[in-house]
Amino acid sequence: MTDQYIDGNMLAGPLREIFAVDLSAASEQCATCGSTRPFAALRVYSHAPGLVARCPDCEEVVLRLVRTPTSGWLDLRGAVFLRVPLPALAPPVL
Amino acid sequence: MAMWHVAHLVQRRRETATACTLVLAVDDWPGHVPGQHVDVRLTAPDGYQAERSYSISSAPDGNTVELTVQRVPDGEVSPYLIDVFSVGDPVEIRGPVGGWFVWRPTEPAPVLLVAGGSGIAPLMAMVRARRATGSGVPFRLIYSVRTDRDVYFADELRHRAADDQGLEISYVYTRQAPDGWPGQPHRIGPEDIRERGWPPEREPQCFVCGPTGLVEAVADSLVAVGHDAQRVKTERFGPTGG
Repeated sequence: MTDQYIDGNMLAGPLREIFAVDLSAASEQCATCGSTRPFAALRVYSHAPGLVARCPDCEEVVLRLVRTPTSGWLDLRGAVFLRVPLPALAPPVL
Repeated sequence: MAMWHVAHLVQRRRETATACTLVLAVDDWPGHVPGQHVDVRLTAPDGYQAERSYSISSAPDGNTVELTVQRVPDGEVSPYLIDVFSVGDPVEIRGPVGGWFVWRPTEPAPVLLVAGGSGIAPLMAMVRARRATGSGVPFRLIYSVRTDRDVYFADELRHRAADDQGLEISYVYTRQAPDGWPGQPHRIGPEDIRERGWPPEREPQCFVCGPTGLVEAVADSLVAVGHDAQRVKTERFGPTGG
């Protein structure tokens, strides 16, 4: 493994092209080692084709994101779940 | 959606021999939260594009956004922004982005900021926003630099240390301390965190930003001293390719 990684915070912009919410504050669970952390705490390798985000504990790939001229390819097989902070549920209107 | 905006350079301020602040006016800027960043996109005449992330160093202020850029030798983007990009020129920015490494003035917990070199940029947005919103939240800033010539925002920090009630600033020099400085140049460690930070029982929010090595060492020190890892937020300014 090279140590030329950058910060998970930088995923925020590219992921906002796909998701309606800011995912840097979302948590993910690593499918390999089971550790849970915010996306912002992942290690991102940007000198591959696209972006590769790895778990800092076990170094396995959690997310891959490739932007082509017409598409975004998102591979999340390294994550068990995403937990996204959302506003409190509004009370029922009826 | 975080949209691409067109920004124009209004002013450039030199911070150190290797860094500048770019003052940008941004069309349709929605405002930002201190700690957020933007992605800057440059497009060459042949269509080749390069994108880099830069922290916003200014407090929220209308459609003005300040980015503080350190020159990366042989970089693709930073030398252009520092040497070529001129007042009136346009640039594309996407943002604001980032919802994790942010300080909201409504949060009452004391704040510890630890910066290494150019990592001061997003923390400066927090320091400025604290004053701009009239917040009384106590702040402590520990700023690690190679020498006193490498301090960004040096004059402003000097003034703020005297004028901003409840803001305490201390420096760690890694290569050469100024004349008369007590102590030896060293890398920031648990002792600095213990002496100049907050006791863990105050349950401060901790924001650490700088080169990867410093950030990881400081985060480990904070946890070793007794701070809850959940309250330690980090942003690593790793090798970005410039």
